[in-house]
Amino acid sequence: MTIAAPHRFTGGRRIDISQLIVWTIGGILLAIVLLGSILTLRAGHYTAAQWRDFVVFGIAQGAIYALIALGYTMVYGVLRMINFAHGEVFMSGAMTTFFLADYLNRSGFLKAHPWISLVAMLLFSGLVSMTVAVLVERIAYRPLRGAPRLVPLITAVGASFFLQYTFRGLFGSGVRAYPAIPVLQGKLWVFQKTQIAVFVGVLITLALLVLFLQRTRAGLAIRAVAEDREAAALMGVDVDRAIVTTFAVGGFMAGIAGVLYALVFVQVQFFMGFLPGIKAFTAAVLGGIGNLPGAAVGGLVLGVIESIGPSLFFDGYGIRAAHQLKDVIAFTILVLILIFRPTGLLGERLGGEERV
Amino acid sequence: MRRPIRSFTVLLLLLAFVLAACQRAQPTPTPAPAAQPSPTPAAAASPTPAAQPTPQAQVTKPTDPIGVLEIKPGEPIVLAWMLTVSGGTAQLGEDSKRGIEIAIEDLGGELLGHKIELVGEDSGCNPEGGQAAATRLAANPRIVAIVGSSCSSEARVGAPIIDQAGLVMVSPSNTAPDLTDPAKHVDAYLRVAHNDKVQGRVAAEFVVNKLGLKRVATIHDGSLYAEQLANVFAENVQKLGGTVVAQEAVSPEDTDMRPVLTRIATQQPELIYYPIFNPAGSYITLQAKEISGLENVKLMSADGLLEPQTVQNAGQAAVGLYLSGPDLTVLGPKYQEFVQKYQQKYGTKPVAGFHAHAYDATMMIVEAIKKVAVQAPDGTLYIPRKALREALYQTKNFSGLTGNLTCDQYGDCADPKIAVYEVFSTDTAGWPDSAIRKIYP
Amino acid sequence: MIVHAARRAIFIGLVAGIAGWHLSLVGLIPAFAQRRLVGDALTFSYALLVALLALAAYATGRRYPGAVQRIPWGILSALLSSLMLFLLALLVTHLNLRQILLNATPELARVLTFGGGASGAGLVRLLLIGLLAGLFAGGLSALPRPWGRVIVSAALMTLLLGLLRDVLGPLLPQVVTSFLYGTAGLSLAGALVTFLLAAVLFTLRWSLRAKAVTARATAAVPATLRQPVTQALLLLILASVPLWAGLFLSNVADFVGFYILMGLGLNLVLGFAGLLDLGYVAFFAVGAYTMAVLTSPEVGQRFTLDFWIALPIAIVTTVLAGLLVGLPVLRMRGDYLAIATLGFGEIVRLLVLSDWLKPYLGGAQGVTRIGRPSIASWRIDSPQEFYLLVLLSCLFAWFLSVRLRDSRLGRSWFAIREDEHVAQAMGINRVTAKLSAFAIGASFGGLSGALFASLVGSVVPASFSLLVSINVVAVLVLGGMGSLPGVVVGALALVGLPELLREFQEYRLLVYGIVLIAMMLFRPAGLLPERIHRRELEEAVEEAREIAPAEIATGRG
Repeated sequence: MTIAAPHRFTGGRRIDISQLIVWTIGGILLAIVLLGSILTLRAGHYTAAQWRDFVVFGIAQGAIYALIALGYTMVYGVLRMINFAHGEVFMSGAMTTFFLADYLNRSGFLKAHPWISLVAMLLFSGLVSMTVAVLVERIAYRPLRGAPRLVPLITAVGASFFLQYTFRGLFGSGVRAYPAIPVLQGKLWVFQKTQIAVFVGVLITLALLVLFLQRTRAGLAIRAVAEDREAAALMGVDVDRAIVTTFAVGGFMAGIAGVLYALVFVQVQFFMGFLPGIKAFTAAVLGGIGNLPGAAVGGLVLGVIESIGPSLFFDGYGIRAAHQLKDVIAFTILVLILIFRPTGLLGERLGGEERV
Repeated sequence: MRRPIRSFTVLLLLLAFVLAACQRAQPTPTPAPAAQPSPTPAAAASPTPAAQPTPQAQVTKPTDPIGVLEIKPGEPIVLAWMLTVSGGTAQLGEDSKRGIEIAIEDLGGELLGHKIELVGEDSGCNPEGGQAAATRLAANPRIVAIVGSSCSSEARVGAPIIDQAGLVMVSPSNTAPDLTDPAKHVDAYLRVAHNDKVQGRVAAEFVVNKLGLKRVATIHDGSLYAEQLANVFAENVQKLGGTVVAQEAVSPEDTDMRPVLTRIATQQPELIYYPIFNPAGSYITLQAKEISGLENVKLMSADGLLEPQTVQNAGQAAVGLYLSGPDLTVLGPKYQEFVQKYQQKYGTKPVAGFHAHAYDATMMIVEAIKKVAVQAPDGTLYIPRKALREALYQTKNFSGLTGNLTCDQYGDCADPKIAVYEVFSTDTAGWPDSAIRKIYP
Repeated sequence: MIVHAARRAIFIGLVAGIAGWHLSLVGLIPAFAQRRLVGDALTFSYALLVALLALAAYATGRRYPGAVQRIPWGILSALLSSLMLFLLALLVTHLNLRQILLNATPELARVLTFGGGASGAGLVRLLLIGLLAGLFAGGLSALPRPWGRVIVSAALMTLLLGLLRDVLGPLLPQVVTSFLYGTAGLSLAGALVTFLLAAVLFTLRWSLRAKAVTARATAAVPATLRQPVTQALLLLILASVPLWAGLFLSNVADFVGFYILMGLGLNLVLGFAGLLDLGYVAFFAVGAYTMAVLTSPEVGQRFTLDFWIALPIAIVTTVLAGLLVGLPVLRMRGDYLAIATLGFGEIVRLLVLSDWLKPYLGGAQGVTRIGRPSIASWRIDSPQEFYLLVLLSCLFAWFLSVRLRDSRLGRSWFAIREDEHVAQAMGINRVTAKLSAFAIGASFGGLSGALFASLVGSVVPASFSLLVSINVVAVLVLGGMGSLPGVVVGALALVGLPELLREFQEYRLLVYGIVLIAMMLFRPAGLLPERIHRRELEEAVEEAREIAPAEIATGRG
């Protein structure tokens, strides 16, 4: 942490062969994508309405990525570590809240007071995820603060397995389906009502988060620690508390994302956190890790590209079952961003310059 | 720095030595089955030598080209299952496993004076799970035979491993045509489930002739079962004069099917056929009607989704879904009796479509063991493995719960009866009668 | 005052109680209620519960000074944990939680109370056992240093032997087996003898080590292992495995071998050069798929090559793949490198999975009928025969690793690991060094993959998931980053042991997670650490511990 070496120190500014090869590969990929898009558009299989639908699906998916990504980005900004277990924090809220939702449904409360039920579910899920996130920080990360970077990364992986298989042991490996919420069934203009609920939920959560970070002392402390931990400590900021708050807030948002996910996708199971977790991380990197608006933008962009990409990029080539390649697109974007623009679309913020 | 080199040379020499030793220890290469005079089932069949106490014990030990299993007195006869009992497809495998357990119970837990022990491996309904489970089962030399696997993908990679280990497997629910295709069939593999050549045809007839729909789309999930069933269905629809407007694929872990469904919607199908598993199947059921252009499309799946989870997970969206699968309504009183036992033992009606098949598979194996096993006077039981396989292939008119089973040379033993069901209610408490009803044929 | 002193005991007691709740409710405790370890009474579930109580007492005892304090506080915390367990038994019996919690069954209550049930009898039984466990473990913590360890290690050894009955039973001579083992688990006499023998062995080892302390305190490998005679003997034992081990064990040994190969490969990249590669599975996959495509008649050009021709091609292909991955990530470090490589790993898996490449790579159903090697007329077919091939490859990789470590290239890797900028300033060519680490490291993975494909006879995309990469990293972490013997120990512990204890399959990853966290908390340098690395880690953790309280103090001030 003490050696703040300038990032671009590469022993001279001449372009070496290795960089040339990398840029060439990048160029070829870009050409493939562009050509594919042109071919697809010229073939004209899809109507404008269908393209619009793709975007809508993508935004709904992306909004959920965005919420999870915020947790990654905040923890990275404050601690400079990747909280690999964050996907599991998301899962724990969604899995546990299933039982609340099921209970509300059986007792008829869900039908009678859908909005109250929904808020109760969101809060409950948020609290469960928050508890899990704080516990993970306390047990697996805090004792290792200051250890080499690989060490907390390994405990994070360990915590991820531990949480997954704890939930599997507690609730079984089967798939559980959330009850349908009657007021959210059906369509409003081109949107499903559940999708609208997700947008609204994400927007409100984001607004609250920004308010929290900008207007409260705890938020100020988090920002101070993200800027410079040692200086913040010297200025009287309780670093441990700021870090716990970060985990708690990130966890709470992941919990909310869990319920919103369940509104759109209905089925939940113990393994559901893994892929959204990695995707959300991709989103965070895409937007510029440590940057809050970046995470939100990154999530939406990733969601839309995933939804629209397979059809747009590959349809023109007549590739079979192009939709299977959507994760390839997501991971390729991740790698490309890391190679060509490691600071992300909006640049790193929240923290300082140093990135080791 | 010399030392590593020296010890390396020493080691190479050592290895060469062991290699040589090993090569000698090798069993003689397997000769053609016909060349080896193995005890044919007929020879060892009717009065087991154990019935007449002969003084020479060693004479009774049979020889067999792929090995003889020796079970000492007091040791159990080990049967194994290789089924999917976790994750989204757990009900499919669990149901079959219960069939096996009831079969063993019906035998009194004993066979030829030995207790029957049941072991098993979860095969997870994917090739990797099948590979791992088969590798593990193959490494257990006590196993006589295997009931499994649940999903065709498991068998495709698992069966060759089982085959090499000299074991034999009878599947209760693999239906992919490839597995008993003359060019691809492995010797160790038999099945009592229907071949999807039949199921795909019946499903196509239902769609074109009964529903009168001409434009269909199919979705598979990359599994052998789904891909082949979707293809058979598509071929038959075309034969009957329909058109296949789209053939798509998803992966089993996908949750967002909307983009795929939108792609399909561009072709305006009247019916989507997606013979896949849960949870991916339920995602399609849930999301299909949300897509503009698919509001009135009919949905149809197959035996992979013929379980209460399909209805529980998709809720109201599942109503109207068609499911093809084994026709259990035409089965006789023996089946009804079995269902009662099932209900008593597990407190629920059968949860998927292949419990009776598993029961039949177990009983078929037991019959074959009875035919080929040789009992020594001291109670030791010898089971020649190749002969056991041959006995299974010679099964004729075996009267099982699912019909009269006769095996052909490629391992198809089923007496296929296929029906199409319709989901009419979301009430799964009294599965199957409370939620689905047979509508074809 | 007494309350203040009791705080630690109460806290640990409660934590152990919560751990007991967790283990019970995830099903680990009820699942093995029938699994007998010693005699007829001690089942695996009971052993776990007793161990938990004893651990609570031991951990408590160690925080108090002097034997007079250690024992009573230890007993207190064990009793507290027993009470918590009883509370759970009560809850499970009187509330119907099964709708939510799968394992909250009446059976669980019976197991938790050692057969007494959630009643007065059960409470008495549980408290009595808590008392005994507390007394025993509190006593242990009060004993002088080596003895507590010797007794605990011997007890663990005995339990392990009981667990491995089905594996070891058939291998040992009939006489030994029938003496040691009963109908299930160890017989009482067998357990006693095992315990005593193990205790003697551990005592011996302890005293030997105490002598060695003055000479070489931190030798990673016991000095005896360094002698050529011992080495030759070890090799002889290793090479003779297929003669005595049987099908099952040989199979396990093969899989351990695959992981040792991968571990050695990743060790070059991560252990030596300090580049965290979370996508190492990509090389394993490339090796396996190259072998599959070249030798199976099912995919591609419908021609088949011999194993011995395909093997070098597979290795060369992985070296190219290593370069391809290495090039773009040259400038990345730390987390960014980890994530980028993770991305590469997933891309490879997703591509082989896709329908698009199905005609060439088999798609989701993979490729079967992969060729097996043969030497003259001898076809290497069974796991036993394959083992020799695997062993040979591992030794070769080991040998290469040792040579590389002591070479100029190895030194430059170490330099990069320590500080990249300084290394560059000292004239080390970063590009060459990093790329060679990636390429050579990848080739070991490719070799492992090619052998794997050939042994199993089929490859499917799901075998190449992220889990494999994480497994290999964990093997390194457990063994000790950069340490070659560590790789072997790590692979044995993380791949071999779970295979042997197969009935625990369902809980494997749960325990795996716990082990990873615990290792990092208590022994971050691994089991057999490399010297330099250990020193670094200890310093860093030490530093962190010194800083942390200071930070808190300033924060509150």
